[in-house]
Amino acid sequence: MSDENEMITGIEVPIYLKYNFTAGAAPARFLSQLKEGKLTGQSRSDPGAPVYVPPRGSCPATGQPTDTEVEVADKATVQSFTIVHIPIPGNPIEPPFVVANLVADGANISFIHLMSECDNEQVHIGQRVQAVWRPEEEWDYSMDNIKYFKPIDEPDVPVEHIGKLPVTGLEA
Amino acid sequence: MANLAAVVGIGQTSYTTKRNDVSIAGLVREAAVNALNDADLTWDDIDAVILGKAPDMFEGIIMPEIYLTDALGCNGKPMLRVHTAGSVGGSTALVAASHVQSGTFDRVLTVSFEKQSESNAMWALSNPQPFSTHLNAGAGGYFAPIIREYIRRSGAPADVGIKVAVKDRLHGARNPLAHLQLPEISMEEVADSFMLWDPIRYLESCPSSDGACAMVIASEELADKASKPPAWIRGVAMRSEPTMYAGREEVNPQAGRDCAADVYKQAGISDPRKDLDVAEVYVPFSWYEPMWLENLGFAPEGEGWKLTMEGATSLIDGGDIPWNPSGGVLSSNAIGASGMIRFAEAARQVRNDAGDHQVPGAKLALGHAYGGGAQFFAMWVVGAEKA
Amino acid sequence: MKEIAIVGYQQSDAVSDAGAQNEVELIIPVLSRIFEQVGITNAQDVDFVCSGSCDYLQGAAFAFVLGVDALGAVPPIKESHVEMDAAWALYESVLKIRMGHADSALVYGFGKSSPGELPIVLSQQLDPYYLAPQWVDTISLAAMQARMMLDRGLITERDMAEVVARSRRNALDNPHAQLKGDVTADDILAEETYLSPLRRSDCCPISDGASAMVICTVEKAKAWGKPYAVISGIDHIIESHNPGMRDLTDSVSTRKAAENAGMGKGKVDVAELYAPFSHQELILSRALGLGDDTNINPSGGVLAGNLMMASGLSRIGEVFNRIVAGDAERGVAHTTSGPCLQHNLVAVLDKGEVA
Repeated sequence: MSDENEMITGIEVPIYLKYNFTAGAAPARFLSQLKEGKLTGQSRSDPGAPVYVPPRGSCPATGQPTDTEVEVADKATVQSFTIVHIPIPGNPIEPPFVVANLVADGANISFIHLMSECDNEQVHIGQRVQAVWRPEEEWDYSMDNIKYFKPIDEPDVPVEHIGKLPVTGLEA
Repeated sequence: MANLAAVVGIGQTSYTTKRNDVSIAGLVREAAVNALNDADLTWDDIDAVILGKAPDMFEGIIMPEIYLTDALGCNGKPMLRVHTAGSVGGSTALVAASHVQSGTFDRVLTVSFEKQSESNAMWALSNPQPFSTHLNAGAGGYFAPIIREYIRRSGAPADVGIKVAVKDRLHGARNPLAHLQLPEISMEEVADSFMLWDPIRYLESCPSSDGACAMVIASEELADKASKPPAWIRGVAMRSEPTMYAGREEVNPQAGRDCAADVYKQAGISDPRKDLDVAEVYVPFSWYEPMWLENLGFAPEGEGWKLTMEGATSLIDGGDIPWNPSGGVLSSNAIGASGMIRFAEAARQVRNDAGDHQVPGAKLALGHAYGGGAQFFAMWVVGAEKA
Repeated sequence: MKEIAIVGYQQSDAVSDAGAQNEVELIIPVLSRIFEQVGITNAQDVDFVCSGSCDYLQGAAFAFVLGVDALGAVPPIKESHVEMDAAWALYESVLKIRMGHADSALVYGFGKSSPGELPIVLSQQLDPYYLAPQWVDTISLAAMQARMMLDRGLITERDMAEVVARSRRNALDNPHAQLKGDVTADDILAEETYLSPLRRSDCCPISDGASAMVICTVEKAKAWGKPYAVISGIDHIIESHNPGMRDLTDSVSTRKAAENAGMGKGKVDVAELYAPFSHQELILSRALGLGDDTNINPSGGVLAGNLMMASGLSRIGEVFNRIVAGDAERGVAHTTSGPCLQHNLVAVLDKGEVA
């Protein structure tokens, strides 16, 4: 059978649409600080309200805006993690690599970032890590200013305290 | 009180990697025609169509219900399109049911689908967003850390997920529509399969499927006259919570617990393991069986894995509460349809029409779906009897 | 069937570009105003929430998931979403109340259309095998429809210009309108043609924004002590997708939906019609049989500002506003979806008893 006799059941019709992406007003404030090398969280204005890093425009629990900004540490705790063994589409990073849910000291919610300079098999919940920043001249409006997080020599955080550390970290 | 309504027709396509013999319209129509035939009805008997699917970006068609109107015989009738992330198939069934339970319509058709071969769900789910670290490795990458936390808390043995993966595939081998047909699958094979997102292995994950599922839902008066036994809708519930908020319980989400409590109350269920005969639950990654066993109240917190390991959820082992006798999402995953397949398979069980994967004498069944960051839940309980 | 009341309606200003605001930030101010209007704290105080949005407007999947962050959904709430205009979210909510699973519901819709090229984006809602690959945009399809009307002598370009001029003048009294002005049909006719036979003014603007509504049982409205309007009928019908398969100069589904909604049972004081193009308002008002005694689009309609995924709900909200303000006793609101008025919803609103 020659190819010309085979029935064509589908064709590719790629769709390209152009968008001007905006992050949102609250995320934009966060990203502007990030360009200066600072991690800032946002919270509702009432005292003791949870601190969100990164902020998305509201405290999702109450639906109120997060008007108050507080700087958080670039030290964090591993809330949980996965070792990814397959490539991420459009990301050059080579598997296997560790993607962790990390809570920065002073924040009350985790964000996702890479862990490196570690033995993948030794990564664990409660582990202490710190940001490894890119050179200052490469800083942009992006969490990618932090290359990855690496383990630091601090005692593990008990599980019940993860997500509740002050900005000063474990000692306080 | 809501009017009584029942499922009087169920139609599915077979689930497979690529249905390149049909267009998207052809796929949904196949499921719809199967449902009409099962109900012994024609297009003219349908008052409205309720369509569900996951994000439009999967197939790259905006609001596909607009184009699918003709294929679904909806010209001149109401058409509604539901989208609630992964729970959409279940939510769509609930919205369809509300058309009848509200007394507004006598008989409606509901359809949900995904044609993953004409789409790129992985891309749509991990589409890079400017300003963000691009580390979103699809649904598996999102749920793996939550599963890890479950394992830490419960102290479950490492092979619980493997056991679920085997059990659901053996169930799927009894369901001729199931995508994965793996009657010879073994614990060793799953354990040796490639680790994707540690602790999730390849064979502990759902496949990517093309497929559609459809149901006809009718009022009590019409269901009483149906040609085959109806599946009476005994309870319906939905719950949502935000993806992330400080202190959120991600392993055992409150939205799931609340949703289950609501649907059990309506159906008069006090002990789900005892009162229900079978459950079709959305388990896209094997570890979600023990997690949902706890979330849905079939086991105390931290002990769901024991039911799995005892074989309580296995039809083949004669377990007392078979979960996913159809093979579940682990055997077929046409994303937008997956929730509705759970609802429809629950209905097939109480209609005593589930073929080789029938749970003998099933009278009361749970259909369950979840979506987003395990934050959107949809459930129904269907029964062989009205009350 | 249970009578359902509208007790609150709010919308944001229709703006051509909401700038840095994301979905949550668009929704929050509208929700806080409607909570204040109804006298409740947040979504916890209603029994059901339903929203309408479209991922492709801003080009990211799961727009509605972010919307949940604006609700205060802790503890979890009963919530659902349609990938349609929020008028259909209202429809779903009405069913929920009718079936007795809710006494009240919050409905909202939002859209940020400015990031993309909306007419091109919407070309991808056409048949993916035959039409979408041709990238037929929504304005071109509407232009073909207008051409048929003109060629058959059903309307004139002046009729279309009169619709635009009335919209601009009516919008002077609408604080949320994007386009307004004291213009005449002659001013409009003096504009150059954009996509023949349409002038730019014949087309609705592209707008960003959100709107929200609270509905409930009449008993609940009385308990809340809020002025309300009653949804005395609501129905929707879709037609064939293929533009060649239906008479584009008429809207059969609008007429039938209005009949089913009981529009003919009384006088219609006010009508808000979702007509993104001037000639479509003429099709719709004829399909509905509206005469001189009906005030059509007193808000200016969507020609004055088109909040995609919220404009349909806004039409209903505008009629509600006029009824509770005492300007009208009875009104009809219309919503459309799809190319060339493919899918149409009609709601009939009546004045409620004095609270």
